Amino acid sequence: MKADIRVALAGNPNTGKSSLFNVLTGLNQKIGNFPGVTVDKKTGYMQLPDGRHAEVVDLPGTYSLYPKSKDESIVFSVLADKADTARPDLVVVVLDATNLKRNLLLYTQIADLKIPVIVALNMMDLARSSAIKIDIDLFSKKLGVPVVPMAIRKGEGVTQLKQAIAHANKVALQPDTIDVNVLAPELIGQISEELQVDNPYFALQLAHQHEHLRFLSSEQSDRIESLEQKHAFHSQKAQAAETVARYNFINDLLYDAVKTPEAAQHESFSNRIDHILTHKVWGFVIFMGILLFIFQSIFAWSSYPMDLIEASFVWAEDALRNVLPEGPLASLLIDGVLAGLSGVLVFIPQIAILFAFISILEDTGYMSRVTFMMDKLMRKVGLSGKSVVPLIGGFACAVPSIMGTRTIENWKDRMITIMVTPLVACSARLPVYTLLIALVVPDQRVWGIFNMQGLVLTAIYVFSLVSAIIVAFVLKFILKVRERGYFIMELPVYRMPRWKNVLFAMYDRSKAFVIQAGKVIIAVSIVLWVLASYGPGDRFERIDQKYRVTERIKTNSPEELNRIIASEKLENSYAGMLGHAIEPVIKPLGYDWKIGIAIITSFAAREVFVGTMATIYSVEGDTDDIQSVQQKMANARNPETGLPVFTLATAFSLMMFYAFAMQCASTVAVVYRETKSWKWPAIQFAYMTALAYGVAFITYQLLK
Amino acid sequence: MDLSQLEVGQTGVVKEFTDLEMSVKLMEMGCLPGETVKVTRVAPLGDPIAISVSGYQLSLRKFEASTIILQ
Repeated sequence: MKADIRVALAGNPNTGKSSLFNVLTGLNQKIGNFPGVTVDKKTGYMQLPDGRHAEVVDLPGTYSLYPKSKDESIVFSVLADKADTARPDLVVVVLDATNLKRNLLLYTQIADLKIPVIVALNMMDLARSSAIKIDIDLFSKKLGVPVVPMAIRKGEGVTQLKQAIAHANKVALQPDTIDVNVLAPELIGQISEELQVDNPYFALQLAHQHEHLRFLSSEQSDRIESLEQKHAFHSQKAQAAETVARYNFINDLLYDAVKTPEAAQHESFSNRIDHILTHKVWGFVIFMGILLFIFQSIFAWSSYPMDLIEASFVWAEDALRNVLPEGPLASLLIDGVLAGLSGVLVFIPQIAILFAFISILEDTGYMSRVTFMMDKLMRKVGLSGKSVVPLIGGFACAVPSIMGTRTIENWKDRMITIMVTPLVACSARLPVYTLLIALVVPDQRVWGIFNMQGLVLTAIYVFSLVSAIIVAFVLKFILKVRERGYFIMELPVYRMPRWKNVLFAMYDRSKAFVIQAGKVIIAVSIVLWVLASYGPGDRFERIDQKYRVTERIKTNSPEELNRIIASEKLENSYAGMLGHAIEPVIKPLGYDWKIGIAIITSFAAREVFVGTMATIYSVEGDTDDIQSVQQKMANARNPETGLPVFTLATAFSLMMFYAFAMQCASTVAVVYRETKSWKWPAIQFAYMTALAYGVAFITYQLLK
Repeated sequence: MDLSQLEVGQTGVVKEFTDLEMSVKLMEMGCLPGETVKVTRVAPLGDPIAISVSGYQLSLRKFEASTIILQ
């Protein structure tokens, strides 16, 4: 769509900026990247009252133009870079009317960049109920910009804002808020002259941020650097002086235009909730209760839609098998693409539910309390308070949890959380664990109340969390810190969640997951299908001929014969050859070539292990029938020694391997998406596989 | 006296900062010289703390609070 005007939304976090974005653009929005950087760019389109179309860009929430995180650094470069395609014609600065003092700092900075500005004065309903009196006309006059009072959650002021955007080019540009020139007169003058900058605040910002701005050439940046040395410019001192000057302007403005009662009501209400929710004892109890509830809900509520998705795939496979003529194309479509797709789509309910909870926790303001309570504990192992939720979510699925780490601003904290989250025992490991435990752990009671098999499973879950924390502790010393760690964070007042935003988050993240991870998992499934369906030379034909003898057809039922053929073909396929090829490597872990194939095929997704075992041991009936797989596996003998293949040592070694190895194409894909480089998923894959091998080796050698 | 020494419920007025880099971040958040701050709560494990400043609640670690000198 061609836009007539480009509008950017800017503002502090928690001001309702994203709500406004959703209200203005509806479903007409997309997420991409800002050109050349890894930060998400939300854009959408809206129609103005005069019929023109506006493109709306939702900038990351920030307290100032001086960035603290990578996300925030986007704001200045988008507003300043004249060559940037995202540079707006107009900025709507969203202010929280109940917290004007701090919110106005960002306004004064953007206003001084001399881009046309409209103020969206949000939370007017809360300001009214707290008896904060704002003289809108005086406020607007003093700032010299249109001010639209709004209550975005209630839809108040949206029409007026659209009108104001439509009229924006007919309004005079706002006056300066502070005299920027006094902060560094000679330097600003010289930068303005040499780089042909017509705005003194822009020149000053170049002096502060030139090292990180991609639109400056290295010569320009070097020149600014030498100018700074010549004029003895100290960036932090200048920033401090600027901030003081800006707050002086803000205090004067607020003194005239705003009357605030001593204690705002909504704040004391929040305080009372905090008394309980961040209580020494109750705080943790409630937090544990909430986590338990989320954890349970993910399992309980997702099973029905997951069954439905699986059933519809079974139906689709059946239908396709009936329609398509038998052959490699049908097999590729059904056993490759469709099987791969069902592996991805079946996780949608869990992802949607987890994100619904995460967005509710964030929306209400509870998430920042969790961070507040857990920070000290998590800091000890190199994580942040914000890592708690992704780690716990990892019990369901690492994919949505890794997407959830975006709330962690600190680069190092976020990377460590991403690196260790896949260690937490996710639901995809469950079929593998239950199968292997049932095989070697006796089903008997311990101390009268506990079930031995259940205890082993619980122990594995606890072990996974402990191992994630240990790895985090190690990574703390390995990863280089790029930024000084801060924990200067707003504790927003408690609010009701915005249900529309919750739905948006569910839809948004599920869509991103299906598209991004889906592409990779389909590609991997196709490759695996090819490897398992073809063998070198005429091996497959010879197998077919071998079993087509009348004698065989007489003694075996057709299904049985098909299974034997399938099993022998698998052994002779490329995948089977791979299994044989890696046998020397996996032998010290106690595995044979058949387990080798299962390990290779299950690199795409762990639960594939059960299906592959089923095919290899040519089980009777349904491949999902774990009982019969289990019997076949229990009866499997090593042809050389005649001893059972699945001993206690082999089974536990396998469980340890599956606990540590990153056998999940979706996770690899999502780590790539979140870090925007192959480096991190590659490192993660390597360290986890190495760890898996080492732990499985020790387990097997000890139990042998 | 610095901010980390205040008990819950006590107030103080910001005088200056001992760490320039931190002071810039704190001032942006409304923690300026002359501003009244009140310690509203301490995290269950004793760190970080939450203060009321410029009409909202800000949480910061004790180390960061110790760089804020009170009048």
